[in-house]
Amino acid sequence: MPWDRNQMAARAAEELEDGMYVNLGIGIPTLVANYVGDKDITLQSENGMLGMGPFPFEGEEDPDLINAGKQTITELARTSYFDSATSFGMIRGGKIAAAILGAMEVAENGDLANWMIPGKLVKGMGGAMDLVAGVEKVVVVMDHTNKHGDSKLLKECTLPLTGKGVVDRIITNLGVLDVVEGGLKIVETADGVTEDEIRAATEATIV
Amino acid sequence: MKKVYGSAAEALDGVLHDGMLIAAGGFGLCGIPELLIDAIVESGVKDLTVASNNAGVDGFGLGKLLDTRQIKKMMSSYVGENAEFMRQYLSGELELEFNPQGTLAERMRAGGAGIPGFYTKTGYGTQIGEGKEVKVFNGEHYILEEGIFADLSIVKAWKADDTGNLVFRKTARNFNPPAAMCGKICVAEVEEIVPRGSLDPDHIHLPGIYVHRIIQGEHEKRIEQRTVRKREEA
Repeated sequence: MPWDRNQMAARAAEELEDGMYVNLGIGIPTLVANYVGDKDITLQSENGMLGMGPFPFEGEEDPDLINAGKQTITELARTSYFDSATSFGMIRGGKIAAAILGAMEVAENGDLANWMIPGKLVKGMGGAMDLVAGVEKVVVVMDHTNKHGDSKLLKECTLPLTGKGVVDRIITNLGVLDVVEGGLKIVETADGVTEDEIRAATEATIV
Repeated sequence: MKKVYGSAAEALDGVLHDGMLIAAGGFGLCGIPELLIDAIVESGVKDLTVASNNAGVDGFGLGKLLDTRQIKKMMSSYVGENAEFMRQYLSGELELEFNPQGTLAERMRAGGAGIPGFYTKTGYGTQIGEGKEVKVFNGEHYILEEGIFADLSIVKAWKADDTGNLVFRKTARNFNPPAAMCGKICVAEVEEIVPRGSLDPDHIHLPGIYVHRIIQGEHEKRIEQRTVRKREEA
């Protein structure tokens, strides 16, 4: 059985180690926070916060306290706040150990496309280009294929890039693949999914 | 040195002109200079270029200046929470320069710090890097980005003293300090102006040297996405 959204998020949480400072993107990556367990993880929100807490209880929302998805959140005992230039200084400066992001396409050389589809409404890249350029380990979490059944793991991206050669690991509903010399390497399969099934669903070179 | 003004309109008197470049603080609707935006709408100044991470929503924040067509160009990282913005952009009435969020923040900070350009990895090999100078440092590619030198900065803080020292609150700090730094003139709106000496000098987020005019007022502080969790049953 391929993994569902929550199983993908749980698998992505295994990438995180005690003591890491981590940035989670919008969508499935946000769910990763539910699966960190006892690990001491500090979440960064690029609008200017380290130590992001859960959503507030009803009635305790604070308009001055939001995450990068503009959702109301809470602070923790460890929380610190800072301005956007400082926030992206720590991102660009390689201080954030891992970023877990969604994607539209990933190429076998680690190129990532997740910010625009030409001819469709373009909302902007937000902080995605800074994150993939600066963060030490970039993990993409996405479905293996698009809604037409075409592979999202490609030889070359067809969409405009967010970053060049930036992706380290891809977690899909079918398994886990690493970007290595010459292509992608299958490092794990979802329960009941075979390597052959992953190969059949993948356009990128599997080495 | 008189920095405290009675209203947003008074604080903006003599500093607005058509075609100017304004840097605005805020992230989404959090920490935006609501009162100064309203006063700029009232002033009727036009053909503005606005550097701001976002462009407000319909009828609130910078969305108000879009409704009145006073903005000619936006420099932003993420837009489109705003139907009127998209309509003007798609019809070619509004220019849009996308900047990666960290590049936009650093361009503002650099402008305020007297740095006309800097190299960054962000955007190398993407559309953002096209046409920009590329330089290799230690085997990695970087692109040249330019500092932003704005005619006017409009920012929102939590508290100020009468010398312009500012304190922000939680994530409402965001783009406000870098935006404040890069303007020839910076006007700040705050929730409370306190007497000098009542802010701990060690807790000032932005020194008053960057802030030229201050107003105090009531803020709506609209929430863009209200997300909550349920209380556990006892």
